[in-house]
Amino acid sequence: MFDQNELRFEMVQLLDENGNGDEQELASFSDEFLVTLYRWMRKVRVIDERLLKMQRQGRIGTYAPFSGQEAAQIGSVLALRKDDWIFPSYREIAACLAHGLPLAQIFQYVRGRVMGRKMPEDLNIFPTQIIIGAQTLHATGCAWATKLKGETQVSVCYFGDGATSEGDFHEALNFASVYQVPVIFFCQNNHYAISVPVHKQTASRTIAQKALAYGMKGVLVDGNDALAVYKTMKQAVEAARNGEGPMLIEALTYRLGPHTTADDPTKYRNAEEVEQWKRKKDPLHRLRVLLEKRGLWTEEQEEAWVAQVNEEVTEAYEEATANETGSIVDVFDYVYGKPSKLLQEQQQEVARRKQRKEVR
Amino acid sequence: MAEITMIQAINEAMRQEMERDERVIVLGEDVGTNGGVFRATDGLLEQFGDQRVFDTPLAESGIIGTSIGLAVNGFRPIAEIQFLGFVYQAMDQLAAQAARIRFRSAGRFTCPIVVRSPYGGGVRTPELHSDALEALFTHSPGLKVVMPSNAYDAKGLLIAAIRDEDPVLFLEPMKLYRAFRMEVPEEPYEIPLGKARIVKEGEDVTIISWGATVPLVAKLAADMKAQGVDAEVIDLRCLQPLDIDTIMQSVEKTGRVMIVHEAVKTNGFGAEIAALISERALFSLSAPIVRVTGYDTPYPVPSVEDDWLPNAARIVEGVQTLMRY
Repeated sequence: MFDQNELRFEMVQLLDENGNGDEQELASFSDEFLVTLYRWMRKVRVIDERLLKMQRQGRIGTYAPFSGQEAAQIGSVLALRKDDWIFPSYREIAACLAHGLPLAQIFQYVRGRVMGRKMPEDLNIFPTQIIIGAQTLHATGCAWATKLKGETQVSVCYFGDGATSEGDFHEALNFASVYQVPVIFFCQNNHYAISVPVHKQTASRTIAQKALAYGMKGVLVDGNDALAVYKTMKQAVEAARNGEGPMLIEALTYRLGPHTTADDPTKYRNAEEVEQWKRKKDPLHRLRVLLEKRGLWTEEQEEAWVAQVNEEVTEAYEEATANETGSIVDVFDYVYGKPSKLLQEQQQEVARRKQRKEVR
Repeated sequence: MAEITMIQAINEAMRQEMERDERVIVLGEDVGTNGGVFRATDGLLEQFGDQRVFDTPLAESGIIGTSIGLAVNGFRPIAEIQFLGFVYQAMDQLAAQAARIRFRSAGRFTCPIVVRSPYGGGVRTPELHSDALEALFTHSPGLKVVMPSNAYDAKGLLIAAIRDEDPVLFLEPMKLYRAFRMEVPEEPYEIPLGKARIVKEGEDVTIISWGATVPLVAKLAADMKAQGVDAEVIDLRCLQPLDIDTIMQSVEKTGRVMIVHEAVKTNGFGAEIAALISERALFSLSAPIVRVTGYDTPYPVPSVEDDWLPNAARIVEGVQTLMRY
């Protein structure tokens, strides 16, 4: 008989909540890398807060904030090669930015523009996925293609704890393992799928352990420890690149904000719990403590960096809104390579309406 | 020219496309060693090896979902759904994912996959092996829907589907797989998607059909000629894109329209055709449009399926009704 209570699942952690850790382990990270990592995390926190404000001001549409998950997203993406594929869901704006997506493009997306989900041609980012878990199969297929072509890119699939209940999650892990493809399933367990806590989502003690059932390696990592995430991801990526097959990583983290701007989290979780994560386990705090200990970061640098990022956000917003194009006429161009006659007729109809200024 | 069955034509189309283009791969349940439950993929594993022909785990959503990733990253997968009735398991991956890859990415990515699936009744199957579900997919912008009715069309349409840049549902009437042989050129050829075929020209009534019901309609039209009714029979071959011009030209000529399909009546694709005709050619009609289709029940058990399907009696009666006007 197998019993999960007899198995041990250790969580990888290099930096504890107070910024302490094994000195030798921490010494393996260069000053330059630590500063880069922290600057990214601080940057995306500022961006997230600005986007939230802009939504409240009506300048962008519904928005799914990621604050609290910076270590998981930035730590994992920085372990990738520029040409690796990522498959984001709607909460992975930080990961997309760190993989190279321009902020102005993100404004196109959150402002609901026609070209909003068009990723730049040189960037291997799949369009943002809305259906929970559906991208797990796309990532598996993409990695499968890489393997068949004898290429070396790795595909990384981002999803949350809720997605692990979906059938596609099961099918994707199964296919990935059967065909031994270079895909990494990166689960950010942020404790809630909208309002449903993870213990109602699964009776498994961890999500990482689900890997065992597929004959795949699984790792549980402190998702608020960027160094642990980075190191774990680096190992997974190298293994996948070397043909050792897929891996499931569970990054234990917490969504500090609402599910989306249309959600009121006070209905399903208490303030004390949120405070606990905010005060004690913030992913930025512990890294900053380490940086300060090494003399790499000061309050002045912090203020200057935040000011610079704020300026970038303003500039990107202005850039995105200055030349907004795309009308209802354009949507017909992307249904088929060549539109059918009936579709062309509909496009001509809206084009006439546009000429008469009845539509935008 | 060799006389072959539809299943042989389908096999030949895949084989020739795999020979022509190494990006073409085949995946599905039992498509490898077994050569498919209908032998559509017979011999492909032997010829192309296990890095191009894959016996997948038994998971329809997985087959389509991974095909999307394969297609976006450079392959041209031909995925088999063993019976169309099993496709519900893959509805999200087809209708919400494959169909929208081009749209969602505003043209950055395309999704050139072909999903082959046997469908159709009259062969005494267990439940959910016979359902004609084409209307589900014509209601999903971004997908193309192709439904051949004979060996020649099947080969040319399948080759065109494999070469197409967009996802194509290729629905094969299993009753016709081995029902008759016809001359099919050995070399590869394409039949453009969206071109209907006029099976028989006629002056009195237009009968529009596709896939499984076409041979029956064609036979009855020939019989009716002897009885003085000159029916024009159109095999649509492709529902999306639709050859609206061929339909309208015929309707304007005959003024009487019958639509025959196996799928259930309500919101079947026949309803769309009737609507298009009434939008465009209402005053060319001299009689109300008649639909002969499956009834609005789930596909029934074998002992009654022949009475559920469009059959000769119902089609002849429908034509007689039309000719009374």
